[in-house]
Amino acid sequence: MSAAETLHSSVQTNAPPAISLAGVNKWFGALHVLRDINLDIALGERVVVCGPSGSGKSTMIRCINRLEEHQQGKIVVDGIELSDDLKSLDAIRREVGMVFQSFNLFPHLTILENCTLAPIWVRKMPKKEAEALAMEYLERVRIPEQALKYPGQLSGGQQQRVAIARALCMKPKIMLFDEPTSALDPEMIKEVLDTMVMLAETGMTMICVTHEMGFARQVADRVVFMDRGEIVETGEPTALFENPQTERLQLFLSQILRGH
Amino acid sequence: MSITTDSLPVAPRLAPALSVGWLGWVRANLFSSWLNSLVTIALAYFIVKYAIGFVDWAFVNAIWSVPNDAAGRPDTSSCRDNKGLGACWAVINEKHRFMLFGTYPYEQHWRPAVVCVLFVGLYIVSAMRRFWRMELALIWAAVLTVIAVLMWGGVLGMPYVPQERWGGLPITLILATFGLAFAFPLAILVALGRRSKLPAIKALCVLYVELIRGVPLISLLFMASVMFPLFLPEGMNIDKLLRAQIAIILFAGAYLAEVVRGGLQALSKGQYEAAEALGLSYWQKTGLIILPQALRLVIPPLVNTFIGFFKDTSLVLIIGIFDLLTAGKTAIIEPMWQGFAVEVYVTIGLIYFVFCFAMSQYSAKLESELNHGRRR
Amino acid sequence: MSDTAIDPRYGTKPPKRPLRLSWGDERVRGIVYQILVVGIVGSIAYWLFSNTMHNLEVRRIATGWGFLEREAGLPIAEFLIPYDPTDTYLRALQVGVLNTLKVAVIGIVLATILGTILGVLKLSKNWLVSRVVGAYIEIVRDLPLLLQLLFWYALLQGLPGPRQAIHPATGVFLSNRGLKLPFFEWEGPHNWALLLMLIGAVGTYFYRRAARAKQMADGQPRAIWPAATVMMLVVPLGAWYAMGAPFTPDIPALRGFNFQGGLTVSPEFFALLLGLTLYTAGFIAEIVRAGILSVSQGQWEAAEALGLPRGRVMNLVVLPQALRVIIPPMTSQFLNITKNSSLAVAIGYQDIVSIANTTLNQTGQAIEGIAIIMVVYLTISLSISLFMNWYNSKIALVER
Ligand SMILES: Nc1ncnc2c1ncn2[C@@H]1O[C@H](COP(=O)(O)OP(=O)(O)O)[C@@H](O)[C@H]1O
Ligand SMILES: [Mg+2]
Repeated sequence: MSAAETLHSSVQTNAPPAISLAGVNKWFGALHVLRDINLDIALGERVVVCGPSGSGKSTMIRCINRLEEHQQGKIVVDGIELSDDLKSLDAIRREVGMVFQSFNLFPHLTILENCTLAPIWVRKMPKKEAEALAMEYLERVRIPEQALKYPGQLSGGQQQRVAIARALCMKPKIMLFDEPTSALDPEMIKEVLDTMVMLAETGMTMICVTHEMGFARQVADRVVFMDRGEIVETGEPTALFENPQTERLQLFLSQILRGH
Repeated sequence: MSITTDSLPVAPRLAPALSVGWLGWVRANLFSSWLNSLVTIALAYFIVKYAIGFVDWAFVNAIWSVPNDAAGRPDTSSCRDNKGLGACWAVINEKHRFMLFGTYPYEQHWRPAVVCVLFVGLYIVSAMRRFWRMELALIWAAVLTVIAVLMWGGVLGMPYVPQERWGGLPITLILATFGLAFAFPLAILVALGRRSKLPAIKALCVLYVELIRGVPLISLLFMASVMFPLFLPEGMNIDKLLRAQIAIILFAGAYLAEVVRGGLQALSKGQYEAAEALGLSYWQKTGLIILPQALRLVIPPLVNTFIGFFKDTSLVLIIGIFDLLTAGKTAIIEPMWQGFAVEVYVTIGLIYFVFCFAMSQYSAKLESELNHGRRR
Repeated sequence: MSDTAIDPRYGTKPPKRPLRLSWGDERVRGIVYQILVVGIVGSIAYWLFSNTMHNLEVRRIATGWGFLEREAGLPIAEFLIPYDPTDTYLRALQVGVLNTLKVAVIGIVLATILGTILGVLKLSKNWLVSRVVGAYIEIVRDLPLLLQLLFWYALLQGLPGPRQAIHPATGVFLSNRGLKLPFFEWEGPHNWALLLMLIGAVGTYFYRRAARAKQMADGQPRAIWPAATVMMLVVPLGAWYAMGAPFTPDIPALRGFNFQGGLTVSPEFFALLLGLTLYTAGFIAEIVRAGILSVSQGQWEAAEALGLPRGRVMNLVVLPQALRVIIPPMTSQFLNITKNSSLAVAIGYQDIVSIANTTLNQTGQAIEGIAIIMVVYLTISLSISLFMNWYNSKIALVER
């Protein structure tokens, strides 16, 4: 609990929000997958998003770095509004790092090359410097000794930690996590969650889609519950989990608890 | 703990017009951007233009039959005047029996016709999963025997027809199907040999496969037509068709062996180990556990390889064997029919296309089914 | 490295089990099987060989390579090295090999370009484009190549004669004599300019490497195209200009019943090249499409999420992975073009098969003739395979 308390103090409530979604709607064909989403996230805030599968969690966070385009509403990230303008797209991709459920490491590059690729080609960093930076982050996620191996030679948990290091090498202001542990075996989940807790301790703004309740309680400032494309409830983790206000959340929580 | 009745969920709304339904599909797939719209319009224009041109040539302006001249021979002058404007299907009308069955005695044409139907039936039966059992080999043996009897005759009141008189589509089907029937067992042996631990056997198989795959089929057919006679003891002779058939079997064997080997490699090591752990001998293990699984895996590439042979049998034209393509080419040798090659090739192409397209669709469907089954 | 350093404890070989001379010993069985199989195959080979020897003797055919030195008396229409019917068979066969390589190399280049374009277009989001390309691929793949060659050849032969030639642009004539294209007189300075251009290409390659190395040192990417333009275009053109800028256009024109001047593409070569290219492009398109699809959507997304621009995503992430899938089947297509070029014999283009076949018929040296064809193709196949094996082992992905 003490860790969580120290963590929570980093939220800057009076600054302009790091991310703001206002009236966001999205359709896949005729399927209405995001319905009037309104969400402001402050700098340094850590938000956990949960909800049943297919409820639009991935779609929402993928709209934030524009891997998906929204069709109505307004998304502002770090003061930049998302639009068709390619300049704004470049700027946002630099500020927002993303970690995927299926790692998506580049199999033809070594761990070190995976981490230095974007710093060299996007940040225009000299290779030496990029490698030093990459090693720093690889040490932070505690796998510097794997730097010269290829992704295929690493375990799932190690790969996911590399993916986190790879995103961090761009020095993003905001990190998005899309179910980072759900493709992992149970014994590997902890090593990845520990890495994420450590990241939270540095004051990073984070949005995590995850069903790891323990992680949410320990780290999250706020939990957002989504169902059928809309945000049904938001609140402080303990309050939300212990005192769900809607039937939908109750049902979801009972399913999750049964699952564990 | 009181539970408020659910805040009413946001009702799903219709997506902005123009992004769904029929219009949405057209917009997304044909006119999604300026460039795309331009491409669509230009392409549609050319398609319509050439389609109209083709219909004009093939149907509207086409000549379907020609009158006979005083000497009783077809008078093709009307076709010649129409050249470039319309097709002369009269050539097909006149020559289709020759193209299909070559110089086979005219009044006996029902025999090769039945043979073609039997072949198609054999393909259809082999394509059905219900029949993927050992018994299929028996069906093949039976049907191929019936085919041989029908072609040669000499029994059951059917007059004997020497092989030199055979021609057309049956030859193409015979070369491809008998080629497959004999090459397949050979291919299995070679594929097993190539994975054998015995160095001499492995070396022989590698040599065979790589030699055959390194040279064009033509060179094997030349070999069959000029060198095979030298290989045999004096006085012993085998006919030209059989020689070509042997070349095609040797050729197909090497390619099929590689396909089968792919299946053997795709099987997990666990299957081999489990079979060994049961105490099965090499041949039991191979026949009962390994081959049934490996062969199932490779059916789609096998069909694709077969499509390849089916097309490649046309190469026997070069050594003068009377298959479908040769028959077509010969049909237009007579001076009055010269110059109507395009019509003949289009017709023959249609026949090849029907066979190959059916097989390739089948193999694609099977592949997606097998993949589906494996993923689940 | 670490696994090659041998721990002295493991340096010794395992003890050899002595052979038990019984049917129960797997190794004994193995040896017996091998002797059996080799014995059977060997005796069949010996039987065929002795039959052949006997038959040759009976027919009084002398084997040997002496005929290669004899005068061929064999007219060849197209040649890359000087040739005359009074030259030897050896020379004629060399001309044939070069003709095979000529159509194969040009065919490979054209089929690769066309196939790649079609493969990418098949993935187009434009429904009409992808359908049209799909139909093309299906049709071309489901018809025998030989039929397609005969079809193109018949079409070309059905074209009007030189006097009524199709004449879409100045100096371009398409008639039953083939395709005529405008060219210019090739002179000494052109050789120099061409040489400089090649040197420029090599230079560009090294310049690019150096630029990449510098970028790695200071982070600044450098444009390659200015240097490339200078080295490959400006310098050769300048040299050509300095040498007097010789340029005498050589435009084909109708004289009497045929054309004079210009560049000629014979109907045989044109039909063969057209057929090989269109046919193989259908297969290459499928390979390219499958290669691009083999790179998962996640790879694109991960690269884009890192902020890489689309061009770089393609170059740095997608292509290197797709090529691993594309290159092996692409090689076998290259081999297929080379082998399929032997169908030339059916439409009268004089490649190695056609010339060896004529040689065989004229001299009666069947075995030698066929051996020559096979050795030529085996050499080409083997060289390509060796290169590909080397390349594949170089780029193989490291898996657990
Ligand atoms: N690219 C897509 N095309 C069409 N439908 C999609 C696509 N991606 C997601 N969907 C649909 O949108 C809905 C929300 O998906 P998603 O955001 O992935 O849910 P979650 O991450 O909460 O499981 C699902 O019904 C899914 O089937
Ligand atoms: Mg999801």
